[in-house]
Amino acid sequence: MDTMITPERVVAPKKQKKIKCVVWDLDQTIWDGILLEDQQVALRPGVVDVIKTLDERGILQSIASKNDHGAAMLKLGEFGLAEYFLYPQINWNAKATAVAEIAKLLNIGLDTLAFIDDQPFERDEVQFSWPEVHCFDGADLAELLTTPALNPQVITRDAQMRRQMYLSSAAREAAEKSFVGPQEAFLASLNMLLRIFPAQAADLQRAEELTLRTNQLNATGYTYSYAELDHFRQSPQHRLLMASLDDKYGTYGHIGLALLACSEELWTIKLLLMSCRVMSRGVGSVLLSYLMQSAKAAGVRLQAEFVPTDRNRMMNITYRFAGFEEVAQVGELQLFEHNLQAVQAFPAYMQVELPPPV
Amino acid sequence: MTKDEIKQQIRAFLAEHIRRADLPDDEDIFAGGYVHSMFAMQLVLFIESQLGVQLSNQDLRLDNFRTLNVMADLLERKRAI
Repeated sequence: MDTMITPERVVAPKKQKKIKCVVWDLDQTIWDGILLEDQQVALRPGVVDVIKTLDERGILQSIASKNDHGAAMLKLGEFGLAEYFLYPQINWNAKATAVAEIAKLLNIGLDTLAFIDDQPFERDEVQFSWPEVHCFDGADLAELLTTPALNPQVITRDAQMRRQMYLSSAAREAAEKSFVGPQEAFLASLNMLLRIFPAQAADLQRAEELTLRTNQLNATGYTYSYAELDHFRQSPQHRLLMASLDDKYGTYGHIGLALLACSEELWTIKLLLMSCRVMSRGVGSVLLSYLMQSAKAAGVRLQAEFVPTDRNRMMNITYRFAGFEEVAQVGELQLFEHNLQAVQAFPAYMQVELPPPV
Repeated sequence: MTKDEIKQQIRAFLAEHIRRADLPDDEDIFAGGYVHSMFAMQLVLFIESQLGVQLSNQDLRLDNFRTLNVMADLLERKRAI
């Protein structure tokens, strides 16, 4: 049997969305047998290889299982698999609820989630609530690894470290929840360092990946191929900038990208995007401040392209609150301009390392 | 809802973010000189959902959100329409 999804049931995506997280059932899917009924359960043949391969590809994994949480985690520990799963939902709630909770905790869209379960009832229940989730029959284990949506074209260093980064992010969140005081004081306690630098050849795969993976925080929704990005990197009419963020818990990796088209008198921000991992850190405003400061120092005007989607309103607000005004609209495309008279400063809670002046 | 009630609601929302329950009506909450983009988004969404108005692109200017007074003025204008 193929996947549960027939084309007409998919909420038509404009492009093939890559799956960011696979949510596994346990009984009869990861192992043969029913944990709470059988004396022993055994891993299904090939399942370890699938789990480890997905992990190496930078695809996150979690669990939605109707089971006893303690017993199931103990069993996963015995199999040496517990560490592969983020935010496992092992309880007696509906799996549609579990799947939504995982998407929320990981801060990713449901349309980037896959659910694998041997029982048609469970798949139907998830599919009924969330038509955009990709559902797979547990029997089709062997086909998982060759599914295009689970095969990123490139696997970057950021991708390989993704699970680790989400774990340090969980530690950060726990610290944030227990912190008493203004949000800024908490942000200051993280000792954040944002580096902005011209993209090098070695950064381009990650840059391409960022354009493909980022939906909520992409101001234009443009995606660029490796070859196009490589061209922009070397073109005198463009500046391709990346940003990375570190804090006391570790690195967030390369999390921001900006593309400027530069003429003698005018710079246009063609692309401004941030990983949703850093949404709560104010990085978008800081990167934008740098672009404004840089344009002001170079004595050029600064415009920005913005294409509204159903998910990138935050970028619209970021531009407008930073003082950009709409100067033209061409179809979907809005053109913003900033007069560069008052350019917002960097926040005191973040250290910023800038590229050399242009 | 009166203007004072509107300010009280926004003040309660802001108290969670800037941890100041006694914010004066005319104090500039963006006086620090920079805007945290997620905070701006949360503020806009709060105003829209809790206070029942839809803000247009033209409304989304920093000067409409600097103080409790100007936010209450903005909402009054939006509700009058």
